[in-house]
Amino acid sequence: MWLLNSSIGKKVVMSLTGLFLILFLTFHMSMNLVAIFSAEGYNAVCEFLGANWYALAGTAVIAAGAVLHILFALWLTYINRRARGKDRYKVSERPKEVEWASQNMLVLGIIVVIGIALHLYQFWFKMQFNEITGILPEVNPHDGYALIAETLGNPIMAVIYLVWFAAIWFHLTHGFWSAIQTLGWNNKIWLSRWKCISNIYTTILCLGFAVVAIYFGFIA
Amino acid sequence: MEKNINITLRIWRQKGPKEKGAFKEYSLQNISTESSFLEMLDVLNEQLINNGEDPVVFDHDCREGICGMCSLYINGHPHGPDEDVTTCQLHMRKFNDGDVITVEPWRSAGFPVIRDLMVDRSAFDKIMQAGGYISVNTGGVPDANAIPIPKANADEAMDAATCIGCGACVAACKNGSAMLFVSAKVSQLALLPQGRIEAARRAKAMLSKMDELGFGNCTNTGACEAECPKNISITNIARLNREFIKAKLKD
Repeated sequence: MWLLNSSIGKKVVMSLTGLFLILFLTFHMSMNLVAIFSAEGYNAVCEFLGANWYALAGTAVIAAGAVLHILFALWLTYINRRARGKDRYKVSERPKEVEWASQNMLVLGIIVVIGIALHLYQFWFKMQFNEITGILPEVNPHDGYALIAETLGNPIMAVIYLVWFAAIWFHLTHGFWSAIQTLGWNNKIWLSRWKCISNIYTTILCLGFAVVAIYFGFIA
Repeated sequence: MEKNINITLRIWRQKGPKEKGAFKEYSLQNISTESSFLEMLDVLNEQLINNGEDPVVFDHDCREGICGMCSLYINGHPHGPDEDVTTCQLHMRKFNDGDVITVEPWRSAGFPVIRDLMVDRSAFDKIMQAGGYISVNTGGVPDANAIPIPKANADEAMDAATCIGCGACVAACKNGSAMLFVSAKVSQLALLPQGRIEAARRAKAMLSKMDELGFGNCTNTGACEAECPKNISITNIARLNREFIKAKLKD
């Protein structure tokens, strides 16, 4: 199977799962924004995406995408470190054309994963997981608004979330165009266009997330 | 303006592929800023030979930036701090009096050190043998203008063909990937009608040879393009990806 055996195949898996996760983040961000405007509206979204079969199927697909992305990242990084050889350069300078994020995708990814673990514990565990298992009877799984207000109402937590969003921003500014490049959808004209689109899209995405954290942490 | 400078060199010395290497420092006095980097190393070697020491081994051949033999990772950059030139085209005017210059070999699992600063780049030859050519029947030479080629394609193929196979891309890549080299060699043929016929087979064969020889996976940092003495564009890598994915989807 070329997706597993060849270097480009493995990277195609990284690209497709990465782009899929960006799409997921886009939906997630749009739904979060509802919380600023209307508590009932946000809770309606929470109820709609509770523990229905389609929400569960969707969650499974997203989880599979994230797990594949992480596993392939670790696998590729292992091969890359081996390919670099045992001896490291004594003096090495990053050329000014090279983005910092592009050489630190794994580190950024690890920060993102830690954030995901925290986020799943604070929200998913008390909402979807709670609805299926009834593990926390005192928490209403459909009152997402109250959960946000309680969790992000703590300014320290809001700042932690903002740091997380910053890591996602760095990860995606490189990841977005890099995925397109790996899929071969690039040329001399589109190279700079894709980089620009990456930056703009990622900035809008992360600002959308950040606005909610700032609103609940410092304004509401 | 010509002047003379005194420098300290910190050079990687390694007796053989299996031996452990280490840095050794040498001071050089009165080096003309007009001299090239390799001429400066020649001065050093003459000094070493006169002192009865082993000269520093380094690769070089044409010394005019076209053969792809010279290498050297100088002060953190393949082919040194100057842009778009090979080491043999680097001049001492890029350095200042009193500088400490660190000179290392290409470091990559695909390019094992033979001795001192010389590495084994035969992996590139193996990749070329896997498919970096067009199969032609010998016979009468066809007319050059019998196959029309769009100017833009011809230009881009020519740009890709300027790759001299020096290996700076692998040396610069944090993943030790040879994608820029392979993509340039795939592109220079894939863009032309004569090379188009075998394009799918070529992309698959050269890439799998590259993977087999232990080069890493491209993460699109662009360090290869930034350090390439011939300015090969990473859009060639996108073309290689495209050719490879298309070929695999067709299979």
